[in-house]
Amino acid sequence: MSKIKARKGAPYARILGVGGYRPTRVVPNEVILETIDSSDEWIRSRSGIETRHWANDEETVAAMSIEASGKAIADAGIRAEQIGAVVVSTVSHFSQTPAVATEIADKLGTDKAAAFDISAGCAGFGYGLTLAKGMVVEGSAEYALVIGVERLSDLTDLEDRATAFLFGDGAGAVVVGPSEEPHIGPTVWGSEGDKSETIKQTVPWNQFRLGDVSKLPLDSEGNVKFPAITQEGQAVFRWAVFEMAKVAQQALDAAGITSDDLDVFIPHQANVRIIDSMVKTLKLPEHVTVARDIRTTGNTSAASIPLAMERLLATGEAKSGDTALVIGFGAGLVYAATVVTLP
Amino acid sequence: MAATQEEIVAGLADIVNEIAGIPVEDVQLDKSFTDDLDVDSLSMVEVVVAAEERFDVKIPDDDVKNLKTVGDATEYILKHQG
Repeated sequence: MSKIKARKGAPYARILGVGGYRPTRVVPNEVILETIDSSDEWIRSRSGIETRHWANDEETVAAMSIEASGKAIADAGIRAEQIGAVVVSTVSHFSQTPAVATEIADKLGTDKAAAFDISAGCAGFGYGLTLAKGMVVEGSAEYALVIGVERLSDLTDLEDRATAFLFGDGAGAVVVGPSEEPHIGPTVWGSEGDKSETIKQTVPWNQFRLGDVSKLPLDSEGNVKFPAITQEGQAVFRWAVFEMAKVAQQALDAAGITSDDLDVFIPHQANVRIIDSMVKTLKLPEHVTVARDIRTTGNTSAASIPLAMERLLATGEAKSGDTALVIGFGAGLVYAATVVTLP
Repeated sequence: MAATQEEIVAGLADIVNEIAGIPVEDVQLDKSFTDDLDVDSLSMVEVVVAAEERFDVKIPDDDVKNLKTVGDATEYILKHQG
């Protein structure tokens, strides 16, 4: 047996820069109401959403990611060639092979950075951040780029009154790099596959190839519907609020802090009611700034945490150096929570 | 000791008051959570979780949709409480 030499990276890792991209088209609830029987008041009271952004043909998953990443790289004060790995979390990039991360890494001008996609739904940002932290500390990348990007408008059933208003498009990215002190806490993460039915795609892609259209959903005009994301609202709400509050508390405990030490809370922007209920269940002190980017962004799955982070910093509601609790949770069911220092 | 019907209604009234801001005296057996008490489907989940803790009872998601009135919930808790 030969002795294998190990590599050592940085002592610790931190988020060095963040960037976001929101599609140019802003979609108010009135547009959603053209295809569902509901009201602006109902949508706002059940979700908090007033407007969301929907991508146009040019605003592809890759294009939005490149825009967000460019800002994150500039914010971090590094050059693209220094990035050793690009991790993209998405469930809405429809060309599965090759991974979209490779195109993004190339167009950003990285020097042949490792690049791959991951699928962890609305927990994707936390999963990617955990991978990036590991790479920086292990030494396989000095700097790693984590991107959460979605075009969920492509996976929205506009005739489903429970979800038609919910989803939005966008990209958020962070650069993770070396640090002399810990600025990303331990990740508390996991999966509950026994609850896989609560959030899912209506039909698998290969159902379209099998030729048996009787199993495919139809729209009101009898046309075959594209797959969409559906969810069992009450079950998801209960799990998200009460189970995820426990996970959030575990992340605080693992980082060795209490909610009194927190400056900012950035939960996945799933629904403002979930956010408000989590804040109550966690008994967060008044001084903690809570991200409620969902109002004007909708639920952008893997993109929601970095987008909300970027906006809080841009508006001055949060500042560089603040201590933030981030938690993502969603289809799987999967979750990931950690405490970070804001870039 | 298991709670009586009266105690359950009083407990539910406290919970609904806390979550939806409805006066406790308005929470009566024949009242519908959604139509009379301003408890929508998401608030109903909060009511259910609070009731589970208070009365040591498990109310699975599949059963929540059958609890239309305060009377339905009271009966359910009476039958299932630990």
